[in-house]
Amino acid sequence: MASPVAVGRAFEARSARTSSFRWQDALFRGTTRLFAALVLALLASIIVALGIAAAPALKAFGYGFFLTDVWNPVTKQFGALAPLYGTVVTSAIALLIGIPVSFGIALFLTEMCPIALQRPLGTAVELLAAIPSIIYGMWGLFVFAPFFAEHVQPLLASTLGAAWLIGPLFRGAPTGLGILTAGIILAVMVIPFIASVMRDVFEIVPPVLKESAYGIGCTTWEVVRNIVLPYTRIGVIGGIMLGLGRALGETMAVTFVIGNAYRIRASLFEPGNSIASALANEFNEAADPVHRGALIALGLFLFVLTVAVLAASRALIAGLSRGEGRQT
Amino acid sequence: MIRMLTALLAVTVLLVAPVRANAAEITGAGATFPYPVYAKWAEAYKAATGIGMNYQSIGSGAGIAQIKAKTVDFGASDMPLEAKDLAAAGLMQFPAIVGGVVPVMNLAGIKPGEIRLTGRVLADIFLGKIRKWNDKAIADLNPGVKLPADAIAVVHRSDGSGTTFIWTDYLSKVSAEWKNTVGSGTAVSWPEGVGGKGNEGVAAYVQRIKGSIGYVEYAYARRNGMAHALVQNRDGAYPEPENATFQAAAANADWKNAPMFYRILTDQPGRDAWPITGASFILIHTVQENTGKRAQVLKFFDWSFHNGQKLAETLDYVPLPDSVVKLIEDAWKAQLKDASGKAAWS
Repeated sequence: MASPVAVGRAFEARSARTSSFRWQDALFRGTTRLFAALVLALLASIIVALGIAAAPALKAFGYGFFLTDVWNPVTKQFGALAPLYGTVVTSAIALLIGIPVSFGIALFLTEMCPIALQRPLGTAVELLAAIPSIIYGMWGLFVFAPFFAEHVQPLLASTLGAAWLIGPLFRGAPTGLGILTAGIILAVMVIPFIASVMRDVFEIVPPVLKESAYGIGCTTWEVVRNIVLPYTRIGVIGGIMLGLGRALGETMAVTFVIGNAYRIRASLFEPGNSIASALANEFNEAADPVHRGALIALGLFLFVLTVAVLAASRALIAGLSRGEGRQT
Repeated sequence: MIRMLTALLAVTVLLVAPVRANAAEITGAGATFPYPVYAKWAEAYKAATGIGMNYQSIGSGAGIAQIKAKTVDFGASDMPLEAKDLAAAGLMQFPAIVGGVVPVMNLAGIKPGEIRLTGRVLADIFLGKIRKWNDKAIADLNPGVKLPADAIAVVHRSDGSGTTFIWTDYLSKVSAEWKNTVGSGTAVSWPEGVGGKGNEGVAAYVQRIKGSIGYVEYAYARRNGMAHALVQNRDGAYPEPENATFQAAAANADWKNAPMFYRILTDQPGRDAWPITGASFILIHTVQENTGKRAQVLKFFDWSFHNGQKLAETLDYVPLPDSVVKLIEDAWKAQLKDASGKAAWS
């Protein structure tokens, strides 16, 4: 048995050690808190800086800025409607094409793909996500647009162009450039993002759930519909939002193929413009404060739009998880 | 801890040292159009004198802002500033390099220089009033040329650029309707067409779209072997776009009566002058605390004007004619003073 003195010494040594732990803990906590606060400060300062720089334009045009489609640097009349329309429509086209294709890819990879193919295919999808957007832009301009103009657009014009209601969307000169081309290029760009997130979440579905479903005689589609999707919907929505975020903010690839004209036309074959591509195009030479302010106001609006999309997806997910566990 | 501090100190010294060594460097910023030639001159000047020049092609608008804020030794702009704006900012400007803009087309079976156009017809095409290549207005100018019945697709620059400024300034000078409805600037509200980013973007679109017409810097048209159109100049002639005709426009321009060299080289007189020519300008402060730095800028351009012509021509840029260089250096003598009030250039 140790002597009381020895026990006392050991205790002292230990408390000295723990007090130094306490000090280190406080330092650690403070540092991490500082880093976290830094993110908030950065976000706030970006909003403030954008707001200040956009003020000359917002003061000059008021709410009308978001409701007019005039963009004239010579007379200094600016309206955001045309680039706003382009951003929303191209992103919508991208998701319209991207979601089903990504879903198919993810489903095939996790449920039906032969094991030998799983790894190379999965890697290929991830590699697509790593390609810089300028490459997509150049590919779009030099390879896709000519092909699209010569083979796809005439076909679309002669079939869908004659259709009731949606006909006007597919009429006009087949130049290979415009809103539709930009939307398709964006779809190609968001597919790897959405598909790889979907694949990852599909893989975490416990095999026992799926096997039980198969065991009671469900088809693959029924398993996906009733087991996999309900289990992974939060991740699936997250993946789609990630893709939407990329589509809304994409700059270079869109600039190459959208045609860069401040116009709103019924036909998707017509050139248009997006917020990000308007910024990329004009920022360099915008010397006038109102012109610069108008561009920054566009940027601010894109920022708000992205935050709104993020908030909406959070709300959607929150709503879904509240409904979880209830019988349907 | 001490070891860490020493290491930190060493890194700091390493990081700061090159900045100090380069303190003698001249810095400039602005227009993207003249960037290749300024970079080439800087390289040659460094080899000849040991003094470096660091030019950042951040765009004319940003270049003007930077020189006003005195963060660079000179600014560069494709669009000249008016004398009153220069006076207000305490700046002087002079042209440094000349370039030409040419209309390029994609028409099957048409060779470079085979189509002739007037400025008014060009303006009507870009306004969307002439929509077919076999329009009477074009056919009348080109007897004997078999024009296709293709629709005309207009291609313009989507980014703000000095090239667009030269092009729209020319159209404003030759067409009252263009002047009133569109006007001129580095970016305008285009009534027609699709926009390509940069010369390369316009060139790619024109090569892609059948029946298209666009405008690019001369060097671009030449290197890509694109079919250009001839444009009638003020004296009724159709000069071939080339260094000699760009230089003729610069030489024929009335610089003497242009306050602060505010002269846009479009639509200049002379049978041999290419009508869509432009100059890129340099901006410096007339009053400057650090006059040593400004003297360096002047020396650099003096050296480049006299030794850099060949280099500019290899890049398909057009050096200023000697008569204009003389006017510029006379203006330096007259307008720039050093701290003691003496002429800063002699």
